[in-house]
Amino acid sequence: MVELAWLIPLLPLVAAVVIAFLGKRLPGQGDRIGIAAISMAFVLSVGVLVGVMNGGTAAGSVTWAIHGDLVLRMGWEVGGIGAVMLVVVTLVSLMVHVFSLEYMKGDVRYQRYYGVLSLFTFSMLGLVLADNLLLLFIFWELVGLCSFLLIGHWYEDLDNVRAANKAFLTTRVGDVGMFIGIMLLFSQAGSFRFDEIAAAVAAGDVAGWALAAGAILLFAGAVGKSAQFPLHVWLPDAMAGPTPASALIHAATMVAAGVYLVARAFGIFEPSDAAMSVVAWIGAITALFAATIGVVMEDIKRVLAYSTISQLGFMVAALGVGGYTAAMFHLMTHAFFKALLFLASGSVIHATGTQNMHEMGGLFKKLPITGWTWLIGAGALIGIPPLSGFFSKEEILIDAYAANPAIFWVLVAAAALTAFYTTRATYLTFFGAPRDRAAYEKAHEGGMVMTYPLIILGALAAVTGFLAGPFADLVYYGHPHRAEFNTFVFGVATVVWVAGVLLALAIYKFNLVSRRRLIQAFYPIWMLLKRRYYIDDLYNLVFVRGTIGLAMVMAWIDRTIVDGIVNGVAWATRKLSGFIGEFDLGVVDGAVNGIAGAFVVGSRLFRRVQTGLFQSYALVLFLGLVAGLVILVIGG
Amino acid sequence: MLLSALLFIPLLGGLLVAFFPKERTREIKSFALIVSLIPLALVLAVWRQLDFSLPGIQLLERAEWIPSLGITYQLGVDGISFPLIAVAAVVLPLAILASFNIEHRVKEFFVWMLVLQTGIYGVFLALDYFLFFIFFEVSLVPMYFIIGIWGGERREYAAMKFFIYTLVGSAIMLVGILALYFGSGLEPRTFDVLVLAEQANLSPTLQWWVFLAFFAGFAVKVPIFPFHTWLPDAHVEAPTGGSMILAGVLLKMGTYGFFRFMLPTFPDAAKAFSPVLATLGIIGIVYGALAAMAQKDVKKMVAYSSVSHMGYVVLGLAAMTPMALNGAMFVNVSHGLISPLFFFMVGNVIYERTGTRMMDQMGGVFSSAPLVGAVTAFTAFANLGLPGLAGFPGEFFTFAGAFPVFTAFVIIGALGLAVTAGYHLWMMQRVLMGQPVALAVQKDLVGREVLVAAPLMALVLLLGVLPGIALNLFNEPLAVLAARLGGM
Repeated sequence: MVELAWLIPLLPLVAAVVIAFLGKRLPGQGDRIGIAAISMAFVLSVGVLVGVMNGGTAAGSVTWAIHGDLVLRMGWEVGGIGAVMLVVVTLVSLMVHVFSLEYMKGDVRYQRYYGVLSLFTFSMLGLVLADNLLLLFIFWELVGLCSFLLIGHWYEDLDNVRAANKAFLTTRVGDVGMFIGIMLLFSQAGSFRFDEIAAAVAAGDVAGWALAAGAILLFAGAVGKSAQFPLHVWLPDAMAGPTPASALIHAATMVAAGVYLVARAFGIFEPSDAAMSVVAWIGAITALFAATIGVVMEDIKRVLAYSTISQLGFMVAALGVGGYTAAMFHLMTHAFFKALLFLASGSVIHATGTQNMHEMGGLFKKLPITGWTWLIGAGALIGIPPLSGFFSKEEILIDAYAANPAIFWVLVAAAALTAFYTTRATYLTFFGAPRDRAAYEKAHEGGMVMTYPLIILGALAAVTGFLAGPFADLVYYGHPHRAEFNTFVFGVATVVWVAGVLLALAIYKFNLVSRRRLIQAFYPIWMLLKRRYYIDDLYNLVFVRGTIGLAMVMAWIDRTIVDGIVNGVAWATRKLSGFIGEFDLGVVDGAVNGIAGAFVVGSRLFRRVQTGLFQSYALVLFLGLVAGLVILVIGG
Repeated sequence: MLLSALLFIPLLGGLLVAFFPKERTREIKSFALIVSLIPLALVLAVWRQLDFSLPGIQLLERAEWIPSLGITYQLGVDGISFPLIAVAAVVLPLAILASFNIEHRVKEFFVWMLVLQTGIYGVFLALDYFLFFIFFEVSLVPMYFIIGIWGGERREYAAMKFFIYTLVGSAIMLVGILALYFGSGLEPRTFDVLVLAEQANLSPTLQWWVFLAFFAGFAVKVPIFPFHTWLPDAHVEAPTGGSMILAGVLLKMGTYGFFRFMLPTFPDAAKAFSPVLATLGIIGIVYGALAAMAQKDVKKMVAYSSVSHMGYVVLGLAAMTPMALNGAMFVNVSHGLISPLFFFMVGNVIYERTGTRMMDQMGGVFSSAPLVGAVTAFTAFANLGLPGLAGFPGEFFTFAGAFPVFTAFVIIGALGLAVTAGYHLWMMQRVLMGQPVALAVQKDLVGREVLVAAPLMALVLLLGVLPGIALNLFNEPLAVLAARLGGM
């Protein structure tokens, strides 16, 4: 079974092509083709996982390009980490495919939506299987393209288009770094393959500075894709896409790619202390920073968006402190519980028609299945034992505590905020009195295709934590490592989550503190958070406007100076060769109208010269011959 | 005979068209299309006969022409010229098909289009400097008329600027050719390109001057910054078929000159000049991308993006490593396919339907004409270098190949990738997305337009996924060239 792993990405690719070209003529515009393909891919992935757990591995490659004597091969490879990712990606994608049957029913571009979902799944699966940096980068960009298409799904509204552009461009900035990093590592190690670069590093063939620089540049790509500070800005806006697509983008695919890259290339990161510190600190800062913003958001999807950024920060920080297994374990549990939360929020939005939590309230009675599954997902996110998130987050905290206490305490603070904002979102949405009576009255649970994915993901979010043992035996770097239970870490984690939950309940349920008074008391901080630390505004001013301004300057230089010289030379030539009279007029024109005048004169010249085209041609050739003889004499 | 047939059949066809009654426009168009497809068939035949594992010239056709001056009629192909001939053979019929909507002075137009083809094939086939120079000039005249008669509002200015600019460049090059002829130290004197590349024994000073003279001719054609300003004017004013040939084929004559003549014949001067060349290349990449971003006219934006993309070729040429040369050649091929498609979509399809080239007057194409939107988006993504499409491998190999030689430049160029993505996305936002506006594209692609776009799209996808198909053609000769240049 393991040697069939290369088939797994091809199934959704075939589905995407079929949907694109034949969707119009197929029942359900091809949605069933997509679901059939992803189901088969899932079954195969499970088979591959079982095979890998029994010690199997497989790889294959084809020649892609030859430069001189250098043969570049493109290949796939599946081991522990890859097998787990295959299952996670196909499973979450399958749930999203099924859920969308009802959520996207009647959409203007239903066919395109399913086509892109399949293409997205293909790209992510290809990324997981790639055995070298270049192929990974190729799929990496395709993942970016697909998320661009999904975020801009409703492109009639230019706000959605801007969100899609922002996602593509922000991640592209990171990708430029990654691109340079790939070239640097290639120039040092002579290969794009993960294993060969790692071997070159181990053999000391890669200079220390190049290793650190290469790893950090690769990490820039991960910072973009996994929405880490300072390239996190695209992710909250990406909520403009359809909610099930958000579940796919923000749980198992796009954002997971960055974390996966660091793990896959761990043989490049791990030997460099500098790179590892950068990774750890970026992750920790992101975890805390995003959680603070999550506290003040009113849009349910934006809370989840910042929560995603924050949780990705946990994973990245874990990688930075060497917690390879813990990071990947959290990636898996997070994929399930965050997909669940996104789909549950989709169910809420589908039922109420709003994303603003202040217009919700009391929905638990109306949406019991959504409510219960949300509670499981929220519990997992907070890290309440024995839900899955508890185990994975605990492992991260234990590894961080052992490696770097400063990182540990930053993550603890983020965990406290996580508990607070999750409880807040849960309470505002599902409990208390309904604040929008009309929306409340018409709200009802979706059909089976919406509730079953919730129930399945709910079950996974609840129990996957118990797989920590087998997971650690399968996914590791170097030798199997499982974080030892640590009473102190457990105690701290428990205290902070309980405190976070209680504080949120105190404010939102028991009204012990007036929210308005709180906002007034902390107004500058509240405003800072509301405006997302003004980072988006700053980027807009410096990078977007700066680049456009620079472009305008360049275009001006091109038009007036570079082309002005050309026209000026033409103008001067005309005068010298005495083709035409009207000498004075030309001078006057030029003097009065300046550069614009030169342009006009230039064009007039060209028009005049046309009449004597072939004479002038002969003249130029003759002059050329003369000049040639002169050069001969000089150079002779 | 194969190559001579390939070379002269379009000219013959053009002469025949001249005898058509001028009101029989349908017949003229169909005939021109059929004639232009014959070279494509011959190119396939050539492909079968060539052995791409050999570096040298093959299928040599040679006849004495003016023996007293050492001028021969000499044609031949190798892995360097073949891909460009193949691109021309694909793009030229499609440019003719795209021009089927020409209604004004139809007969003349298609005569010029066919004459132009002979000029183009001649440039890539000729292996005698005298013969080469004739074709180099012959290709100029038809394009001058195509722009000047069938162009847009400022067509006369654009045509003259194109003509004179290129002419001045090629006149200086002619001086260089003569200097090479007289200064080679060979007896008897010869214009034979291969003999001169192998045996010419120029003094270092003369080699340097001749190199610069050639540079003047080819730099204008590529165009290399700062000799590029004829290009936006020519592209914007040219009719779509003309723009497709300009961008897809004519610009490649410039870079071909580096591969075929300058690097092999003047290796020492080329190596000494390479930092300057790399600087100009990187300026072209970044400056072209920024200038493209500032444009409001969509055709002008595509024109500046050509300046930017030709910068990659120049950078690759300057780096002279096997991978960089391969990358540069690959960009030649990929840009030769992508840019005609882009000009076709914005010039023929969108401009014809909306009557405007101004992006702020467009919008919502995706909603009103989904196929137009999809093909334009495909093209834009190919042009911005999305992996999986043909724009990526060339960019990547050029940069990766140049990285060890010009590290700082490559890093600057890589930053340009973000700008490149930016202006393409911005273009799509303004043209394709949003609500359809008053001037919206109402009619979706029709059969003829699909026939133009589909082959280019298929090739762009094919070469993006399997770049080896193109790389295998020129890897061997470029590896030999790189070795000759000292394997920098």
